Amino acid sequence: MADYTHPDVLVSTDWVAQNLNNPSVRIVEVDVDTKAYDEGHVPGGIGWAWNTQLCDTVRRDIIPRQSFELLMTASGISNDTTVVLYGDNNNWFAAWAFWQLKIYGHKDARIMNGGRKKWIAEGREMAKDKPAVTSVGYTAKAPDFSIRSYLADVQQKTAPQSVDLVDVRSPQEFTGELLSPPGLPETCQRGGHIPGARSIPWGQACQEDGTFKSHDDLKTLYANNGISGARPIIAYCRIGERSSHSWFVLTYLLGYQNVTNYDGSWTEWGNLVGAPVERGAAAAAG
Amino acid sequence: MQAEEHATRELEVHGFKVRLTSYRLGEVYHCTADNVDPGAWLARSQGASREEAEQRALDRATELLGRTRRQTV
Repeated sequence: MADYTHPDVLVSTDWVAQNLNNPSVRIVEVDVDTKAYDEGHVPGGIGWAWNTQLCDTVRRDIIPRQSFELLMTASGISNDTTVVLYGDNNNWFAAWAFWQLKIYGHKDARIMNGGRKKWIAEGREMAKDKPAVTSVGYTAKAPDFSIRSYLADVQQKTAPQSVDLVDVRSPQEFTGELLSPPGLPETCQRGGHIPGARSIPWGQACQEDGTFKSHDDLKTLYANNGISGARPIIAYCRIGERSSHSWFVLTYLLGYQNVTNYDGSWTEWGNLVGAPVERGAAAAAG
Repeated sequence: MQAEEHATRELEVHGFKVRLTSYRLGEVYHCTADNVDPGAWLARSQGASREEAEQRALDRATELLGRTRRQTV
């Protein structure tokens, strides 16, 4: 897989097609719109709804450890299962699931390169039925929040500029022209970006077919925007799913250390009373 | 079953780019509309023909994009 630092976390659509009946593999489609799963999915794959199964439905947070264990158990996933994630919206929510699996210490999680988009474009087999799943036991590890940034972390680390902050939203969201991606609900009171952030939209890490660019191209992309991996990196977007995608790229494909996902993202920052906000074009890299 | 007759096309709605991706699964045509940048899905639809599925997705996308406000920066 193109000289990535951790190529083992990516699988191709070919690999998935060859492992549909592999009992040690569980394929999971992660969507924000689960009608997509119902319409048709990778044969043998189960479906997770990001907003109800991976997120706490009462308070804004990831699901707690016990709920995570129940989800994995009900999904027929054991601690030794290879979990292959893919999904809608260019794998954004699959990347979120990957991030969450790593928070709870799952050993072997992988992403299908290109996601649902590529699987369909290639005309591969689709199924409508939900597979029968045998529940197995699962024990999550204590959450590892070293890969997550909270609001306080961002406030403390960005003021002295001791981290590189990467805003992965679209340029129009970054400048403040739009308060959300076109057509989606506005979830903030103010537009703009966190002062000092670099604008590196998530999609710049991908090729037209949805697969990731090569290691060298990714390295150049970030380096040209002043991100070398020499300092801690915090990625954010609007609700934390696009930044999960960029967190995955920075951590696993480029192998940068100390990369975190600020899942509170602009929905949190853009609603804070008194928070500093920059508007307009990106700061120059340097 | 397999996705067949896969096709994509882009157009502009209310000043925003929209991508329609359509394909046939069995006897049903499916279409998704996304906003290109950043690429979020706006609508999903089905129809007996590609045109019908596309029009339904486009109608919904048009409705949503019509609500999108541009701020003065």
